[in-house]
Amino acid sequence: MGLIKKLPVYTEKMPGGGIVMTSLEAALHNAQAKSLWYLLFGTACCAIELMCTGASRYDFDRLGMIFRATPRQADLIIAAGTITKKMAPRLRLLYDQMAEPRYVIAMGGCTIKGGPFYYDSYSVEKGIDHIIPVDVYIPGCPPRPESLLEGCITLQEKIKKQSLLDWQEKD
Amino acid sequence: MSDLRTEEYYLNMGPHHPSTHGVCRMVLKMDGEKVKEIEPHIGYLHRSIEKICENRTYAQCIPILDRFEYVTAMSCNYVFALAAERLASIEVPERAEHIRVIMLELNRIASHLLFYGVTAMDIGALTPFLYGLRERESILDLFEMTCGQRLTYNYIRVGGVSRDLPNGFIPKCHEALNTIEKKLADYEGLLNENPIWLVRTVGIGVLPAKVALDYGVSGPCLRASGVQYDLRRNDPYSIYDRFEFDIPVRHNGDCYDRYLLRLDEIRQSIHIVRQALDALPEGDFKAKVSPNFKPPAGEVYARIENSRGELGVHVISDGTKKPLRVKTRGASYNHIAVLPAFATDVLLADLVAIFATMDVIMPEVDR
Repeated sequence: MGLIKKLPVYTEKMPGGGIVMTSLEAALHNAQAKSLWYLLFGTACCAIELMCTGASRYDFDRLGMIFRATPRQADLIIAAGTITKKMAPRLRLLYDQMAEPRYVIAMGGCTIKGGPFYYDSYSVEKGIDHIIPVDVYIPGCPPRPESLLEGCITLQEKIKKQSLLDWQEKD
Repeated sequence: MSDLRTEEYYLNMGPHHPSTHGVCRMVLKMDGEKVKEIEPHIGYLHRSIEKICENRTYAQCIPILDRFEYVTAMSCNYVFALAAERLASIEVPERAEHIRVIMLELNRIASHLLFYGVTAMDIGALTPFLYGLRERESILDLFEMTCGQRLTYNYIRVGGVSRDLPNGFIPKCHEALNTIEKKLADYEGLLNENPIWLVRTVGIGVLPAKVALDYGVSGPCLRASGVQYDLRRNDPYSIYDRFEFDIPVRHNGDCYDRYLLRLDEIRQSIHIVRQALDALPEGDFKAKVSPNFKPPAGEVYARIENSRGELGVHVISDGTKKPLRVKTRGASYNHIAVLPAFATDVLLADLVAIFATMDVIMPEVDR
């Protein structure tokens, strides 16, 4: 009963079983954190590392993360790769199509502040945080799969700490 | 039923679509389930790499070009180093040339393993993805112990390579090659005679040799159509003329042949790496080149065969420490351009298979 240890619960033992009581918030947020489905949104180099993280050695599935091809079914955008000025409206559109509650991970230097294209590039969006709100930033060019796993665990911690009122529109 | 009214319609595929390998948008004119016309729209990943290179010294251009074709970043490192060496007439030590061939071929294997996994996933088989990327990790480990990076290496520099092979590289490399060679039989067992795979690939997307040549298609896609053309043999660079290897050719030009040809190429690459490891001489791994070296004014076009086809870079120098103009040529651009010429009158699902087996990678198109 690993769950019992992690949740603030009250257990009452009865003959032949027992009753477990917990708060709605704790149960909901634990369930939510353990089933983050991410949108398959890879634009550049980081997408290859995102695929490696999903493949055999690093195994994203153990965090309860499965890729979805459509934003309607996703809880999380992992923005993997450079976002150009031409792609930026599409990213906003995809974000708007997702159902609340939704989260964003900015993976790699390009999505944080333009990365190696910060200087001299006329076409790269210097950071995605002025297009969509970002929850977790993962630096690196590209970040290692371990960093991505760490970033996702950080996001899970964040989800567990939020209250039901945070489900309101964020921006 | 004959008086039923039908009409053609337009379908927008991309830029965010899981099978476009990045961000390519295709506007399709559809008749029911059949694709009548394809109009590719590109530029969603235009990062102005060529412009950035104009403001960098020759040594600083190499890490930017890593991002030009990240699946085989070693070949991007190499092609620019080759151009700069030809401009400035720099002699490269023997050991460095051998290390370069080892890295280029290992990277080709890694790229083809990724192709194997991703193509199978696009067509609907999820298991090969896990197998292909498992063996790819063993090659990435080798790169990591050599230069500390998994994807963007900045390893091949002007005049040689950035550092020598680490201790224990050679036995580990042999071990990885043996594993991959053994596992190739597993890969073929998973797909080659799989009835679903055969229905999805055999006879689908036949690219005739003439169309391929007209549109400048190169690499495995061209060789699967029956044209034996490989720059490693036809315009030898580095020390490829010293090694024994075959150029695999297939003749049908369909998706199945393009897939089989890449598996054949993995075998040949393993063969080349083994020869290079055996012939590895002692000596310097880098010629003495100043970081701010100034090549004489002039221009040069260097081209190599990477895992997708001809990768070229045209560098114009005006005698200063920065290049005046860098023009890159990626094979994927032609592979997208040829799609409207041969991939019409196919089902929408088959278009995904065709696009996947052309092995297009978008930054090479958009730059």
